[in-house]
Amino acid sequence: MPVTIEVKNGEVKAILQGEIDHHNAASMRKNIDESVERLRPKRLKLDFGEVTFMDSSGIGLVMGRYNTMSLIGGDVEINNPSASIEKIFNLSGISKIAKICSDKEE
Amino acid sequence: MRTPINEMRLTIESRSINEAFSRVAVSAFAAQLDPTVEEISDIKTAVSEAVTNCIVHAYENTSGRIYITAKIFEGGQIVVKIRDRGCGIPDIKQAMTPLYTSKGGERSGLGFSVMESFMDKVTVYSNLGRGTTVTLLKQINGRYSDD
Repeated sequence: MPVTIEVKNGEVKAILQGEIDHHNAASMRKNIDESVERLRPKRLKLDFGEVTFMDSSGIGLVMGRYNTMSLIGGDVEINNPSASIEKIFNLSGISKIAKICSDKEE
Repeated sequence: MRTPINEMRLTIESRSINEAFSRVAVSAFAAQLDPTVEEISDIKTAVSEAVTNCIVHAYENTSGRIYITAKIFEGGQIVVKIRDRGCGIPDIKQAMTPLYTSKGGERSGLGFSVMESFMDKVTVYSNLGRGTTVTLLKQINGRYSDD
């Protein structure tokens, strides 16, 4: 599954595309972790604006990245989830560890 | 036993690539109830969770078949059964506890929580060494409901 990485001001933004399920999450994880390990950013932004489907594998993906970012002293932000994706995030209480926000006004 | 007005059966191999196919197939079958976008998304997500459980847990180090049936009843109710012949669940209550996972790492432990919050009723029947059946029920009010 495609992940586009953008680097700006010491932040890594991973733009996720398509469907996030157990099958696709593994390659997304690998893509994101490669950039995080190489760049060691202060903040990892996960952009869900182009994600068309997500199940609880997406929560696992965020939790895993939160753990990685914690180890290097950074944090994780969730950007632009659709209503149905936000419904899943709300169920998980993930907003306690990763801020959910829109970054479209930038 | 109520008689369904329509029914479909689907058998898939426990390969993760089939997760997308199975959720789309069930939601396409449900489309005849004229569901809202949200209702379709709820069904897709719940089916994806149940099928993923079969692949990740039931057939963990093996492979096998996953049997899916969907039935539509008068009044707009859909009942989806996802059955495997895998290892079975030793403790169903524990398995359904939010955030509990036997896997750790990247599994969130929220599969059953997602099914329960997106469907009206979730029933789990499991037999150790024989397999598990998850039954998902949802009332579809659809796009043409009055409210």
